[in-house]
Amino acid sequence: MVMPQPILETSRLRKIFGGLMAVVDLNFKVMPGQIKAIIGPNGAGKTTLFNIITGILPPTGGTIRFKGREISGEKPHRIAQKGISRTFQTVELFGNMTVLENVMVGRHVRTKKGLIQSGLRLPGVKREERLVLEMAQEKLEVVGLMRRANESASGIPLGEQKLLEIARALATDPQLLLLDEPAAGLNETEKLRIGEIIRKIRGSGITVLLVEHHMDLVMNISDEIVVLNYGEKVAEGTPEEVKGDEKVIDAYLGVEIRYA
Amino acid sequence: MGKENRRAVFILMICLGIFPFFIRSDYYLSIMIFIGINAIIVMGLSLLMGYAGQISLGHAAFFGIGAYCSGVLTVKLGFSIFTAFFCGIFLSTIMAMAIAIPTLKLKGHYLAVATLGFGEIIYVIFNELLEITGGPSGLSGIPSIHFFGYSFKGGWRYFYLVWTVAILLLIFSLNIIHSRIGRALRAVHGSEVAAQAMGVNVSQFKIQVFVLSAIYASVAGTLYAHFVTFISPSTFSLFVSILLLMMVVIGGGGSIWGALLGAGILTVLPESLRAFRDFDILVYGIILMTILLFMPEGIFKGLTLSLIWMRKKW
Ligand SMILES: Nc1ncnc2c1ncn2[C@@H]1O[C@H](COP(=O)(O)OP(=O)(O)OP(=O)(O)O)[C@@H](O)[C@H]1O
Ligand SMILES: [Mg+2]
Repeated sequence: MVMPQPILETSRLRKIFGGLMAVVDLNFKVMPGQIKAIIGPNGAGKTTLFNIITGILPPTGGTIRFKGREISGEKPHRIAQKGISRTFQTVELFGNMTVLENVMVGRHVRTKKGLIQSGLRLPGVKREERLVLEMAQEKLEVVGLMRRANESASGIPLGEQKLLEIARALATDPQLLLLDEPAAGLNETEKLRIGEIIRKIRGSGITVLLVEHHMDLVMNISDEIVVLNYGEKVAEGTPEEVKGDEKVIDAYLGVEIRYA
Repeated sequence: MGKENRRAVFILMICLGIFPFFIRSDYYLSIMIFIGINAIIVMGLSLLMGYAGQISLGHAAFFGIGAYCSGVLTVKLGFSIFTAFFCGIFLSTIMAMAIAIPTLKLKGHYLAVATLGFGEIIYVIFNELLEITGGPSGLSGIPSIHFFGYSFKGGWRYFYLVWTVAILLLIFSLNIIHSRIGRALRAVHGSEVAAQAMGVNVSQFKIQVFVLSAIYASVAGTLYAHFVTFISPSTFSLFVSILLLMMVVIGGGGSIWGALLGAGILTVLPESLRAFRDFDILVYGIILMTILLFMPEGIFKGLTLSLIWMRKKW
């Protein structure tokens, strides 16, 4: 049997801020079609890891491979083009645009009409624009935000802003989606809904890498979990394996009694 | 570009189309021509500032490059008006790229500093290259425009020429704003990091818009040179760059219509303040400050908001 190729693989990945080791020689893999979670206490380096994968921060050392090809050091827009998209822990919406327009920007990477073509409305521009609109509406349906389409993105409640970030990320047609604490600040019903949406996304063939503090959600939907502490991987395995791991309980679960 | 914009462009075209039938005074026609020329530059600046969030303190220089290319090449080298016009655009494009590529890759307001320096250098060149530009005393005898034997001499003809160009560029700008390019630019303004994550090549678009705005200014320069037929460096000084910037701000940075309005108001204002004699600058300053105090987002937004408010009230 041939082992399937991991969609994402880091090797000896490291990030140092001044004297602070935010990510320390991290090796881990994500297999296609998985929902993989990264957990760890505040400051463990989870968001930093996302920023390195998406090209926002350069790594201090090590490599990242996406579908077998090295992507470390590439510009963020190139990485988006290759098929990695993300949401942000602190919402990063385009507050000066409507909900629908936010999702339409997500389509930017899959469209190509340039400045001159757009300015002159050359043939094809109108059609591309219509396709962008349809696709954006479709993604808003996925997260259930269609009725907010024409409202200002900065005016909708936080829970919906988090969903909007997911819709915008989906509009880029990612193969790998990174979600940074999608359930933070949500109430119980919204949390359940986000769980369903994440499953639905995976069902449509997108691999999900999830950072989340809500252990019930994580244990419920993840296939595998990586536990980080001070930038180091302290455990990795299925939810059951991780729950029983001594080191994990010491580092994290012992203090985080949030999960039942 | 949306129904509302299309309707507004249509109304504007009709108003401009009938203007010369009612106003025959050469003085008013020439003010309208200057408004059109300024509007062309300010539309480009509005794309750059209001949408891409970049500040240029050197657009008078691109205006000047367009004007001097047209002037020098037609007067001294006998180029056709058309060829000279494209030489201006070409030169402006090259210069704009030379400024934008190194500076716009950096974050922060390096562009403002670079364009400030560029504007000064160009200003000095206009003054010092006596043999070519005529130096401080200027360059005269620039021919007026004619196409296929049809001359654009005479106020109303030039009025139509300038405003045809301005309307075409207005439509071009509105198309850009309502396309993926316009959305990308606004996204950069909203959140640069999210825009990048959505695949927007931030520096590429900033560079493109800067070059585009330089071309607008160069086109305006050609139209200016062939209208006044005499140019001198003082028309292209830092003061003019700042005045152009003020037009964007007064009109409202985030809107092309605001740019038109700003160009209109700040072109007419100095003319209408002549009655105040020595105090004109003072009154001018007070008016600008009042506008910015009460309509910090510009007159266009201010007027729209008050219209909406009035409609609700009545
Ligand atoms: N740009 C930066 N410059 C300097 N230090 C940083 C930077 N970004 C993160 N850090 C530091 O790196 C460490 C890891 O931060 P990171 O945000 O990755 O943690 P996290 O696991 O996402 O935490 P949380 O659960 O609170 O979101 C922290 O100590 C943080 O202060
Ligand atoms: Mg974080």
